[in-house]
Amino acid sequence: MRLRLVPESTKIAFLKQRRISVGFSALAILASFALLFLQGLNFGIDFRGGSSLSVRVPAGVEIGEIRQVAGGLDLGEVIVQEFGAPTDFMIRIAAQPGDGDNQVKAAQTVAAAVQGAFEGVVLLSTDVVGPAVSGELITASAIAVVLALFAVLVYIWLRFEWQFSVGAIVALAHDVILTLGVFSLTQIEFNLASIAAILTIVGYSLNDTVVVFDRVRENLRKYKKLLLEDLLDLSLNETLSRTLMTSMTTLIALIALYVLGGENIRGFTFAMIWGVVVGTYSSVFIASPALLHFGVKRDWSKQSGDPSKGSGGVQFGSPDAP
Amino acid sequence: MLYFASWKRALVVLTCLAGVLFAAPNLFDEQGRASIPSWLPTNAINLGLDLQGGAHLLVTVEVEDVYSERIEQMGGDMRSALRRASVLEFSPPAVDESGVSIRITDPAQVSAALSAVEDLSGSVVDVLVGASTDEFEIIAEGQVLTASLTEAARADILTRTMSQSLEIIRRRIDETGTREPTIQRQGERRILIQVPGAESSKEVLDLIGRTAKLTFHEVVSAVTDPRTRPGAGEMILHSADEGEQGVFYVLERRPTVSGERLVDARLGFDQNGLPAVDFRFDAAGGAAFGKYTQENVGNRFAIVLDGEVISAPRIITAILGGAGQITGSFNTESATTLAILLRSGALPAEIKVLEERTVGPVLGADSIAAGKAAAVVAGVAVLVFMVLSYGWFGLLADIALTFNVAMIFGLLSAIGATLTLPGVAGIVLTIGMAVDANVLIFERIREELKRVKKPAQAIETGYDRAFSAIIDANVTTFIVAVILFAMGAGPVRGFSVTLGVGILTSVFTAVLVTRFFIVLWMQAKRPKQIAI
Repeated sequence: MRLRLVPESTKIAFLKQRRISVGFSALAILASFALLFLQGLNFGIDFRGGSSLSVRVPAGVEIGEIRQVAGGLDLGEVIVQEFGAPTDFMIRIAAQPGDGDNQVKAAQTVAAAVQGAFEGVVLLSTDVVGPAVSGELITASAIAVVLALFAVLVYIWLRFEWQFSVGAIVALAHDVILTLGVFSLTQIEFNLASIAAILTIVGYSLNDTVVVFDRVRENLRKYKKLLLEDLLDLSLNETLSRTLMTSMTTLIALIALYVLGGENIRGFTFAMIWGVVVGTYSSVFIASPALLHFGVKRDWSKQSGDPSKGSGGVQFGSPDAP
Repeated sequence: MLYFASWKRALVVLTCLAGVLFAAPNLFDEQGRASIPSWLPTNAINLGLDLQGGAHLLVTVEVEDVYSERIEQMGGDMRSALRRASVLEFSPPAVDESGVSIRITDPAQVSAALSAVEDLSGSVVDVLVGASTDEFEIIAEGQVLTASLTEAARADILTRTMSQSLEIIRRRIDETGTREPTIQRQGERRILIQVPGAESSKEVLDLIGRTAKLTFHEVVSAVTDPRTRPGAGEMILHSADEGEQGVFYVLERRPTVSGERLVDARLGFDQNGLPAVDFRFDAAGGAAFGKYTQENVGNRFAIVLDGEVISAPRIITAILGGAGQITGSFNTESATTLAILLRSGALPAEIKVLEERTVGPVLGADSIAAGKAAAVVAGVAVLVFMVLSYGWFGLLADIALTFNVAMIFGLLSAIGATLTLPGVAGIVLTIGMAVDANVLIFERIREELKRVKKPAQAIETGYDRAFSAIIDANVTTFIVAVILFAMGAGPVRGFSVTLGVGILTSVFTAVLVTRFFIVLWMQAKRPKQIAI
């Protein structure tokens, strides 16, 4: 007996419900913007500058005691929070005026104070990011995200048609905005790893969307008279089993990472799990309605022919593509 | 019947074999690897600092200071040259970041002044032009002589300062016997320092954060008022000796001997058994020091380190032979560090920290354990899931996935990549996504089986039809990985490398390796029908 996530053949009318799904997504996007505007992101020191330490203290030391020690050093805002285990704590120190050297001094002062106050404190890690570097990291990250979206746009345009490209980008933008919204909602620290997570989500969601689009392209050649809406539904149904299988295996791996991978990458894996869910949703409920909205060229017969022939099946866009 | 070209068979077998061979060294510890015969791959993946523990520092070298030092020196030289040429009335040299200017009081003397200073500019090789050009551009405008540091000279100073700084940092860190530190120039004036195994960044910062410019000066007087105005050619510095808090020394600005003359410095002990630093001068330094101490018995001299007086002993007898001892408020550790700093030489410019990340060995070990656990659980769960979903074919895909993981490790070892915790996440994610290509193919075969009854044909078309989706889906993710690699710093980069490598190997295994297995199985069993 095989494990089946969906019945052997499905005929779900995905696009009939597009008003609901698009409306729901629009609301979620609005909510994300509102959250980002009102509450913002909890930027980590990668982007804000400053320093953070993680320490392991002997059992029995209370978070309040650590707060008292670390907070009483006249270093501005000092945040202490539990970090994965009851004996592990993360101490974040606000950016100090001046250059990186001052941040280092602040971190050393706090480390020495905590180690002096309690016996047997182990310094697990320190991170110090000076103002010069944090500024550069913000720029580099923003460029990376924009560049990734653009490169993908161009690739899909070359391989398909511009409508596909726009459909994919709409879905990606949807995923990125909702992910930022979740970062704002949960106030999970937003750092360099979060950028990596967002870019991977972009890659993953795209993967899903492209597989659906690939089937749409194939069906467009096969069924020349079928209504576009029905054709999209057919393609979605045909790929549904694969979409869910892959999301499942990826989620299995991510959940293992989330539970077992340690506190340091928990924020990262959380974002990824969310991204896989949103990415799967968007490739079904957002990308295809977008494609329907923009319409596609139906006459693919002028193309160089069947994709399984030619140079190993890789076929690039026709020269007359707009 | 299914056809699988023999060159493809060879490629699959060889690649899988190579993957396993290159991945194998990771199963051994350092000793085990040493016993691997040398004709086999012996490289294991380097663990990133976040996994093995260590300190990562990004620092910037304050090259501006060297520019202004050179400009200031030029101002002094110009003044002396003018005096020698009997141009006596001029304003004190005005120094800014571009150069130095001097106003000559008597307009009639301007041309004499210009010819007096013109020769002061040294020459540097302009790397862009490949020819020698002036270090300073010296011009006279009205009554003002201006010497500005040329771009070529700046470039020259930058190159020299950076290579000296790298060299001295390397020497200092090597002195501590740390294994395999990374010391790299990054960008124009930055240096990346990675010291595996350093338990705290303080250790490293103590070593590299100080210029360690050591000089010996004649003491004019000791005072307690920091506002005391030193006379011409003198300066006032505070004492760093713990027993002399609030004491300031007025010193001759010009050092009697400088630390450049040191040839050796070691931890020693003074007559009271307290830690001190023993040092030895080279011949010229020893002679100068000997002469000075001989002539100044009974007077005090100051040992100045980075603008602080560390001690100001009285000269009891002449110190001949070029060896001496620095005492002060030392403990064994600080005396050892100072000895290292003095031995390795002074940094040409101050160093400022831009970024510092340290992972203690405890956390590193925790992370390795967590990463391993997550990878094993994720791997097993995905393997089981595949078998449950696709039966026999799932099992074939699982074997291919195992080879895939071996290939990822093999490739990472072969290219000398560094595995970080986000990198582990990348691998685990790849395990999840690697099966995607197989899922695409298997789902396609299922569909084909509904239409055609011949298994071989269904498999053939399934593979062909799934191919374009596999390529498109993976190329797009690969693009993202490349961009992450290009733009990302440290942790992000580690993730992008494993993600990119994982995409390459998983496409290969899904398209060729599983297919090979299926072909082998089909040829051996020749099943009339298949269930997938």
